Amino acid sequence: MEGMEARKRMMNVLIHGILIIVSITMLVPFLWMVLTAFKSVTEATSVNPFTIFPKVWRMEAFTAVIDNMNFLLLYKNTLLLIFFRVLFAVLTATMAGYAFGRLTFPGRNLAFSLVLFQMMVPVQIFIIPQYLMVSKMHMLNTIFALVFPGMVTAFGTFLLKQGYMSLPRDLEEAARLDGCNIGQTFLYIMAPLTRSSMVALGIFTAVFAFKDLMWPMIVNTDKEMLVLSSALAKMQGQYVAKFPELMAASLLACIPMIIIYVIFQKQFIEGIATSGGKL
Amino acid sequence: MANTKSKAKTGRQRSEFLWGWLFILPTTIGLVVLNIIPIFQTIYQSFFKTGDFGKGNIFVGLSNYEKVFGDKEVWQALINTLKYAIVEVPFSIAIALVLAVLLNRKMKGRSVYRTIIFLPMVAAPAAVAMVWRWLFNSDFGLINNVFKVHVNWVSSPQIAVFSVAVIGVWSIIGYNMVLFLSGLQEIPRDYYEAAEIDGATGVNAFFHITIPLLSPTLFFVLVTRVIGALQVFDLIYMVIDKSNPALSKTQSLVYLFYKYSFVNKNMGYGSTIVVLLLAITMIITVFQMIGQKKWVFYN
Repeated sequence: MEGMEARKRMMNVLIHGILIIVSITMLVPFLWMVLTAFKSVTEATSVNPFTIFPKVWRMEAFTAVIDNMNFLLLYKNTLLLIFFRVLFAVLTATMAGYAFGRLTFPGRNLAFSLVLFQMMVPVQIFIIPQYLMVSKMHMLNTIFALVFPGMVTAFGTFLLKQGYMSLPRDLEEAARLDGCNIGQTFLYIMAPLTRSSMVALGIFTAVFAFKDLMWPMIVNTDKEMLVLSSALAKMQGQYVAKFPELMAASLLACIPMIIIYVIFQKQFIEGIATSGGKL
Repeated sequence: MANTKSKAKTGRQRSEFLWGWLFILPTTIGLVVLNIIPIFQTIYQSFFKTGDFGKGNIFVGLSNYEKVFGDKEVWQALINTLKYAIVEVPFSIAIALVLAVLLNRKMKGRSVYRTIIFLPMVAAPAAVAMVWRWLFNSDFGLINNVFKVHVNWVSSPQIAVFSVAVIGVWSIIGYNMVLFLSGLQEIPRDYYEAAEIDGATGVNAFFHITIPLLSPTLFFVLVTRVIGALQVFDLIYMVIDKSNPALSKTQSLVYLFYKYSFVNKNMGYGSTIVVLLLAITMIITVFQMIGQKKWVFYN
């Protein structure tokens, strides 16, 4: 019996050991980002001796990138991109998800096959025509251009449909007997019940809008209309060996999302798990 | 009586029809305009040559396809993409699976580990790529200096694509792990208890209970990860400069698509490359769908 206990304790130590090593691996790049951002170029590139911690914590790299890159504008553009993508996605998917999940009408299956079809093809196949559309509308270098491909969401529609389908059937019957029409049933009874699916879709949409690089890079090339990711891509070419400044900019780009994530970690992880797992 | 009932029924049907279409209209129009028509436009575009100032669109028939099949750069990009996928997919899935199994129990620090391992998921790939490029720096990078080696991680043509794949694995482990964790929570505890009585614990239980019961989740993650890996772009674009000697041995199909469509402005050839990507993705997905019958259990 004592042997069992000892073995169990050993296993426990081993498991924590593995998890700690993996956690360190996940954190080191972020820590190195922070440490480098507070160094001078000389300190960051000194090899003999190799320095881990900055001797003096300098703010020069931050002030330099804030002067050059107008981070306030980048935050604003990124925030607007995320806001409108989330708004449109949640709005359209909530409506369509209800109709696909709970109503029966001619044309429903045909329309739903479009949703499934869209999810199966690589997104790059839409990009050239979408770009040409925005260009023909003379809307390049606008917030609209950033939001454009995300006005509707096949994935979100699918997710919300699954959410509605898991609700009990008699809810609508009861609403109907109380004299609600379909619109009222949707608005007052069904939609509020899928709040967790909406939150999941919102988080999912926000994270991927924030991470997107190719589309913002293609449609918005004016300095005033960049978002965080495309601005980072642009600056990399200009700051070749200024490592502290590259890291300071990366840190400034990542920190808002990381803070939001740490505060709402439960919602984030559950949101990603439900939206990823529902497919 | 029967008459009013059927009248009520048709009234109900008509109202479901009207409301239903009202609700799906924005999404349906959006999908048709933003996605369905563009698919055909891209395929159509692949029969044209664009660019060459002032010449606009010239119909070239199948010549873009002839060019693609004879284009060494495209074949190399396909090989690079597959190399990336062959590292990223299995490693990110295997490591994430082990972590999910380790975390699928009551233990101290569970949510702290989960939060940290998922963290790379909320960082922008552009920033992630810049940091890793700095970590990989051959002269001043943390990795070479800590391990006292001098490897050209991202500029040696032989290894650069694998270095990028390491970044890909690091970025995606947390995501896969979270999906596995939610899959594992659906497996009833009694299965393990019953197995324990039969003497199956640890590794044995993992292969005989966890893997089969998790196989639908595993399959879903595998299919989506393969599709994602075939579309790799951000990391390569950010880590490998245009002047990097390893560029031709790392650029992916989507990288070439971007280069031809939006840098060289030959949207015809860019479209051809993306149609090729579509075909490859579909072939691989179909094979996975056929293969799943052998190992995925749905109850």
